[in-house]
Amino acid sequence: MTPSAFTVPGLLPAAAEIFLLGMACVVLLVDIWLPDRYRRLTCQIAQASLAGALILVLATFPDARATTFAGTFVADPMAAVLKTFLLLVSGFGFFYARVHLEPRGLMRGEYFVLGLFAVLGMMVLVSAGNFLTLYLGLELLSLSLYAMVALDRDSKPGCEAAMKYFVLGALASGMLLYGISMIYGSTGSLDLATVGASISATGDMRLTLVLGLVFVVVGVAFKLGAVPFHMWVPDVYEGAPTPVTLFIATAPKIAAFGMLMRALVDGLGGLAADWSQMLVVLAVLSMAAGNVIAIAQTNIKRMLAYSAIAHVGFVFVGMAPGTPDGYAASMFYVLTYVLMALGGFAMVIWLGRAGHEADLLDDFRGLNDRNPWFAFMMLILMLSMAGVPPFVGFWAKWSVLREAVDAGMIWLAVAAVLFSVVGLFYYLRVVRLMYFESPRDAAPVTAFADMKVVVSVNALAILALGVYPGTLLDLCEAVIGA
Amino acid sequence: MFVQIVFYFLAAVLVGAAVMVITARNPVHAALFLVLAFFTSAGIWLLLEAEFLAIVLVLVYVGAVMVLFLFVVMMLDINLAPLREGFIRYLPVGAAVAAIVVVELALVIGVSDFGLESMPAPPAHPADYSNTRELGKLLYTVYVYPFELAGAILLVAIIAAIALTMRRRTGVKTQNPSRQVEVRREDRIRIVQMPAEPRERVDRS
Repeated sequence: MTPSAFTVPGLLPAAAEIFLLGMACVVLLVDIWLPDRYRRLTCQIAQASLAGALILVLATFPDARATTFAGTFVADPMAAVLKTFLLLVSGFGFFYARVHLEPRGLMRGEYFVLGLFAVLGMMVLVSAGNFLTLYLGLELLSLSLYAMVALDRDSKPGCEAAMKYFVLGALASGMLLYGISMIYGSTGSLDLATVGASISATGDMRLTLVLGLVFVVVGVAFKLGAVPFHMWVPDVYEGAPTPVTLFIATAPKIAAFGMLMRALVDGLGGLAADWSQMLVVLAVLSMAAGNVIAIAQTNIKRMLAYSAIAHVGFVFVGMAPGTPDGYAASMFYVLTYVLMALGGFAMVIWLGRAGHEADLLDDFRGLNDRNPWFAFMMLILMLSMAGVPPFVGFWAKWSVLREAVDAGMIWLAVAAVLFSVVGLFYYLRVVRLMYFESPRDAAPVTAFADMKVVVSVNALAILALGVYPGTLLDLCEAVIGA
Repeated sequence: MFVQIVFYFLAAVLVGAAVMVITARNPVHAALFLVLAFFTSAGIWLLLEAEFLAIVLVLVYVGAVMVLFLFVVMMLDINLAPLREGFIRYLPVGAAVAAIVVVELALVIGVSDFGLESMPAPPAHPADYSNTRELGKLLYTVYVYPFELAGAILLVAIIAAIALTMRRRTGVKTQNPSRQVEVRREDRIRIVQMPAEPRERVDRS
């Protein structure tokens, strides 16, 4: 290519990413000059940046798939919807983080700067058009998260969790890179569209491709926390400061789903028959281990970690048939699960106070006597996670299972139903503790009005989506088909 | 023919150096053998017409990374005897696993798929071909987006490293040079008037 043949790539599809990168640097610089008592401003600027990026995403909402930067960046409706949810959820996450960090004297600007970079990494990940950008987005996300987990340096569990996360995450990145190198070796390209085309064009080198595929699936499964690559999940969820746990448990799941779609469907769609079997194995193991081990937990953050593992299993159930409707069901599942996880960890933040982390199941004992509205919100969240109608968790499970049955994977659907019945036990245990036990600490639970409003909006959204699931489900189907 | 002789010579040195890296008893020697390995692979890259990358390999890995390694090796006083205790005992298992991995890789990435026939050598470039310019053109045009992302990742690494290590401890003794320079005599010396006292008599008896 001669310089004269070079055309400046269209920057408009990536406007939100460029804006967010700029704003992350602005927040970093502003935070340096802020005195400690104005630290709240850092959080507000960070939230404003997310809002600005959200406006840009919606303003440049693409009608069809478009690429820029020589195909390394893909803007399509699916990426836009995923980014919308990413930004919304992260904005909520920053709010909950401020509520938690401020009274504990942990309010540091780095949390929000690293958070913004993590969001940028996720956005890069969901619109990756090339294995190179896929990997770089993943690293941007992971590096920010490792540092966020360790941000409270004086907490021993936090540092331990960060070490485990970092070492295992580095291993997973290595696996992913190894797989990508195999795929590059056999197709001669890193571009996802070119890889997809050359797989369907020739049946050559299938063995090398499948070997590469195995490593890519391992890498993605690690990031999602599917069994048997789930070892980091409970320790990180329990050890990290609660707002970091909340952040890790929500937005990165959406990004990981985007990564799954880009790598397996866009890039390696020609090998669907191979990865479908792998996902089925991962799904059954995740649902089994997640739901059964969660019963034995006494720490609610750990319980929600195992619940996250089980939910990832359900996402894989939707992916396994390899049909667009199945992907849409999985997307619906991820988006609604992230809302529920956001609410669940927000409850833990609400219940805690400076000097006391309310992360044990016993802290929820008799909650109805202490604050009935709070207990009711938690009831909605738990029942929705368990998949009880009329909450949205039921529709998510139902749509995923319907796709599995339609594809003739009856036994997979049966296994999923059985394991979700097992899961019902530990969600209902929280409900029983809240309503039928007497509290140990009779002090009423209060919170500032903004926290009450935000948590209520979060929980009632789950109820509302449960009553009208059609809109979001149709949206998912429309953007996957586009 | 000459190129092939050079290649085989460099390859033999590379493999020998790599073996020495993991068998040398002295960690400083191992690090130095790694330097040799980097140099010879840079030579092989030169044969592949990747001049820029060859120079970068020497500059970055030999110049920066390996010096850092040497510092670490010299600063950490590792007792090697316990590390090597189980070498003979674990050798059969380790060798078996290594052999299996090699066989598996050979089966998958065999000559059938990646042999010289299926991967022909690219045509040689003319003498005025600039490797650096071509790389730069690609890096700042086609790959500008991944390039910027890599920059963002490095920025995150800096922020994370500073956020995790910098802390203001209380009670740390530090120097303030400007205050040291500005100091006046009155700040340090206090002249006190003391009554004269008779000198104590030393009893020498």
